[in-house]
Amino acid sequence: MFLSAAIRRRPEFRAGIRDMSSAALGIGAWGLMTGVAMVKSNMSVLESVAMTLLVYAGSSQLAAIPLLFAGAPAWVILATGFCVNLRFVVFSLHLRPYLMHMPRWRRMTHGYLTADLSYALFTRRYASPPVGPDEQKAQEAYLTGNYFVTWCSWMGMSLLGIALANFIPQNWGLGFAGVLSLVAIVCSMATTPLRMLAALIASVTAVVAYALPLKLNIVVAIGAAVLLCFWLEKQLGLDPDAEDNK
Amino acid sequence: MSGTTDFWTLAVIVGLACVTVLTRCFFFILDRPWGLPDWAHRALHYAPAAALAGVIAPEIVMSQGHLITTLHDARLYATVVGAAYYYWRRGVLGTMLAGMAVYLPLHLWLGW
Repeated sequence: MFLSAAIRRRPEFRAGIRDMSSAALGIGAWGLMTGVAMVKSNMSVLESVAMTLLVYAGSSQLAAIPLLFAGAPAWVILATGFCVNLRFVVFSLHLRPYLMHMPRWRRMTHGYLTADLSYALFTRRYASPPVGPDEQKAQEAYLTGNYFVTWCSWMGMSLLGIALANFIPQNWGLGFAGVLSLVAIVCSMATTPLRMLAALIASVTAVVAYALPLKLNIVVAIGAAVLLCFWLEKQLGLDPDAEDNK
Repeated sequence: MSGTTDFWTLAVIVGLACVTVLTRCFFFILDRPWGLPDWAHRALHYAPAAALAGVIAPEIVMSQGHLITTLHDARLYATVVGAAYYYWRRGVLGTMLAGMAVYLPLHLWLGW
């Protein structure tokens, strides 16, 4: 957590801040539009601020807004939030060996604060989990630097969006900046032909299955892409370990 | 204008916060070791890109739940330019700025 001075003093903390700062503007633009969207959809300022400070997950907030507005049952809204966040379940499986040496409250704090970009930057810089206490501290500091920038720009700009909601026309479409930053992240993750294929299959599936309720189209898209690529990897006789390291 | 606050909405918001914690920490809340089945290990390397692509693809090629039928849509050109920028120079900020530099004029002036 960035409140700990021992973490802030490490050079990896500043490296994490530096690497993430190029994305801060994209995150901020997305946060700004999420803040505007909440107030414009008739949520009270208190509700919007509470959602920003507590939920801290742009895509599930945006998915929840129309459901809240339509008076959907609570379990439907929570299940939708879970489905939209399913990718984080996968990320948590990946992050587990990086965090398990910490006490539970500490790894849960890191987990809560680690969103898409922090996960992508962190696992790209550290391809394998830490060995020994010094590496553990270095990786923790880098991750903390990453999400420190994300958290500040998201919170600052979301709150600004809530404050300015009635002055920023939604039809400017500034929220598309957030989509564009996710495009960059998908490109950075699609490092092998099969991973590019996975992104392509998922895109097509998510569009074709869009009519499914609860944003299940995203879950179906992940399933289709993973199963097809898993099958193709076997058919092509690719070496799983070599693929992992690309 | 903004609406009124009610406890049901606040309770749902707290519930959504719990969903965030649950999903982001799913596999490291418990200390119990998890045996990774082979398929899950493979999925790790395809699922993140697939998940994000699945989230953004409808944002780019659909409007109001339908596939767009026109090429006069600023999002298409912004995405192509953004992705091209990424492969040329890397960097999330540049991708976003290049994409928005295409998106905003087309969207605001031409109404695409």
